[in-house]
Amino acid sequence: MSGRPESAPVASGAAGGKRFAYAPAPESRAVVRLRPTYGLFVDGEFVEPSSGVHFPTVNPATEETLAHVAEAGAADVERAVAAAARAQRDVWGPMPGSERAKYLFRVARIVQERSRELAVLETLDNGKPIRESRDVDVPLAAAHFFYYAGWADKLEYAGLGPAPRPLGVAGQVVPWNFPLLMAAWKLAPALAAGNTCVLKPAETTPLSALLLAEILQQAELPPGVVNVLTGAGATGAALVAHPGVAKVAFTGSTGVGKSIQSALAGTGKRLTLELGGKAANVVFEDAPLSQAVEGIVNGIFFNQGHVCCAGSRLLVQESVAGPVVEALQRRVETLRLGDPLDKNTDLGAINSPQQLERIRELADSGERDGATRWSPACAIPERGYWFPPTVFTGVSPAQRIAREEIFGPVLSVLTFRTPEEAVAKANNTTYGLSAGVWTEKGSRILWMAKHLRAGVVWANTFNRFDPTSPFGGYRESGFGREGGRHGLEAYLDA
Amino acid sequence: MPERDGAAAGGGVARRERTGATGRAAGGGATPARVAVRKTYKLYVGGAFPRSESGRSYLVIGADGAPLANASLASRKDVRDAVVAARRAQPGWAGATAYNRGQVLYRVAEMLEDRAGQLGDAVVAGEGLEPAAAAREVAAAVDRVVWHAGWTDKLAQVAGSANPVAGPYFNFSLPEPTGVVGVVAPQSSSLLGLVSVLAPPLVSGNSVVVIASEDRPLPAVTLGEVLATADVPAGVVNILTGRTAELAPVLAAHRDVDALDLAGAPAELATELERAAAGSVKRVLRSQPEPDWHGDPGLRRILAFVETKTVWHTVGI
Repeated sequence: MSGRPESAPVASGAAGGKRFAYAPAPESRAVVRLRPTYGLFVDGEFVEPSSGVHFPTVNPATEETLAHVAEAGAADVERAVAAAARAQRDVWGPMPGSERAKYLFRVARIVQERSRELAVLETLDNGKPIRESRDVDVPLAAAHFFYYAGWADKLEYAGLGPAPRPLGVAGQVVPWNFPLLMAAWKLAPALAAGNTCVLKPAETTPLSALLLAEILQQAELPPGVVNVLTGAGATGAALVAHPGVAKVAFTGSTGVGKSIQSALAGTGKRLTLELGGKAANVVFEDAPLSQAVEGIVNGIFFNQGHVCCAGSRLLVQESVAGPVVEALQRRVETLRLGDPLDKNTDLGAINSPQQLERIRELADSGERDGATRWSPACAIPERGYWFPPTVFTGVSPAQRIAREEIFGPVLSVLTFRTPEEAVAKANNTTYGLSAGVWTEKGSRILWMAKHLRAGVVWANTFNRFDPTSPFGGYRESGFGREGGRHGLEAYLDA
Repeated sequence: MPERDGAAAGGGVARRERTGATGRAAGGGATPARVAVRKTYKLYVGGAFPRSESGRSYLVIGADGAPLANASLASRKDVRDAVVAARRAQPGWAGATAYNRGQVLYRVAEMLEDRAGQLGDAVVAGEGLEPAAAAREVAAAVDRVVWHAGWTDKLAQVAGSANPVAGPYFNFSLPEPTGVVGVVAPQSSSLLGLVSVLAPPLVSGNSVVVIASEDRPLPAVTLGEVLATADVPAGVVNILTGRTAELAPVLAAHRDVDALDLAGAPAELATELERAAAGSVKRVLRSQPEPDWHGDPGLRRILAFVETKTVWHTVGI
């Protein structure tokens, strides 16, 4: 197992308190049996890509190649869409909703049964702490299948119309930050509504989707109902452009989202986009400050900040800015960065060298632009891709670190005096995915929630997700909702 | 259709007057009982009725080929001015109570009904319908506004939800207006079609910039006069007349427009507009063959211009 240097996870104890000796608690990776190469999952079987090309997928914490996965080309997209269309027309579309439901319940159950395996695999391929893949990603993925399973035979009660019909084949492109969970968010409502799917996982995190494909086989889901095509951007572009695809669902960067929206112009395809964000996390002077500090930490350092709804802009009321930043820094000093499989780890690896470069570049711009950069003393493992938790203070709204999505463990701190100013600053972005509010005053929570232009507002909490709760953005954070009754709308013609 | 540059002509075109109301001398050579006072058709922007800043106008031809009036030929700058007015007005409209928005929309229906005769004549002249058919169009338009007026304080109950999350949170989702909606009005149904695309975004609290039917713009201008006297706050609705192909791309590419209804955009132009809309991830309701506007409108157009906001509120003591 990856031995972490004893000094790596630094809890410097700056506050002067005594600390417990650190002892690693690594999760065993024996539960995962990796194959050297993986094919594409098309029409119920794993098949070789027509190109014969495979590419490596790497553990970002060790730079070890985990496996080689197939790169799907245009011919594979053709095959997968044809299989999905056939399955939709002949099997999945005509099947009674109550039968579709039972398949989805089965999938939910098998995900639960194989949760340890999924969690370890996700952590290996993604670099996220096992604590998060075990406690968040995998249980929520199972919950999504369970929730939407129940909708499959109740679609006419969803309030969308008396006779909602599936759209056909859904082309779904998901990102690398929550590979399994995003696959579940996409597949579960689509399947419940009677569509069939061609799923394209991210280039750097394909393995959990392929394990999910195995689970679908185990559930005896009819062939072609779900197809998984691994590959890079070109594979995704070919999928969304395929004329047999009636519906495109994309989660990823705003830049790619815009190019997909543009490419789909005039095609009549249905589209939902879940794109970037630059969420404001607003802390008022009357907030429960120690809880708020936990929420700030969770908001920006959860999943190394690789979260589209991350609370990357801390807006703190001027009167408490000093104490909040001090408490925050004390807390950040206790975060453990290192081996993602260690159950003590708070910050895992950055998913790819490209992402690490982008985070570095933006963080450097913050320094150049005059903001004050702070990170705890933090030993970085020798191999792998890592970035220390970083807090910028003295940030002005015009700086890049206050405007651009960093998608890493980098927090920008700004201040405000009045609620009106907090709202103006929070809304001063082209994004609008999420926001946080910390205050003991209920009326102020609801006033803030009303005025914040964001699809999700967390009050005295942050980064909570639930299959019953609609999630999605305003403005350039995309359109359409995932989760809840609203999530069905994206997959039905009502 | 001829375009005129320079100062817009005000009422300088032979135009049919309302029969009976102003009358016209029957025989040649006889002096009219009274010379009619003709209306100047202008834009409706920010609650005012300006001419196009460009000073241009164009001749509107009736269904029978006879000239009806000069309409303002709006410019790209007029589009931008209208978006500014719409953006300024939007928070107030969205912030009004749903009850209040419902009353204002109902007041629009009252004012429309009041002008039924005039609007019917305009539909006869522009669309070439028989007077009885035109009256049905007007009646349906009035009823359509009444229907939408009733939705303002029901939408959140129908489109919102309380979500039973697995944790100690009160979690609810509510529809909110998207913001500023650009509307390309239907080209053939100049009143009922127009009202059918204008009312839905107003229900939830959006403000609107609408490009009227290019060849049949006169009912839209009269509708602007109705809105101005129906307590619709200035800037909530802005109506431009002119060339769809000139104005719509400006609207589609404008970064301060949040959504588009392409009801009246011809297919080729609509594709171009959709592509332009992607530049700022606008919500787009695509064009399709013009529907039968007498049919049940459903919630589709209202829901196309709302955002769902979900709030997580902790529960504890």
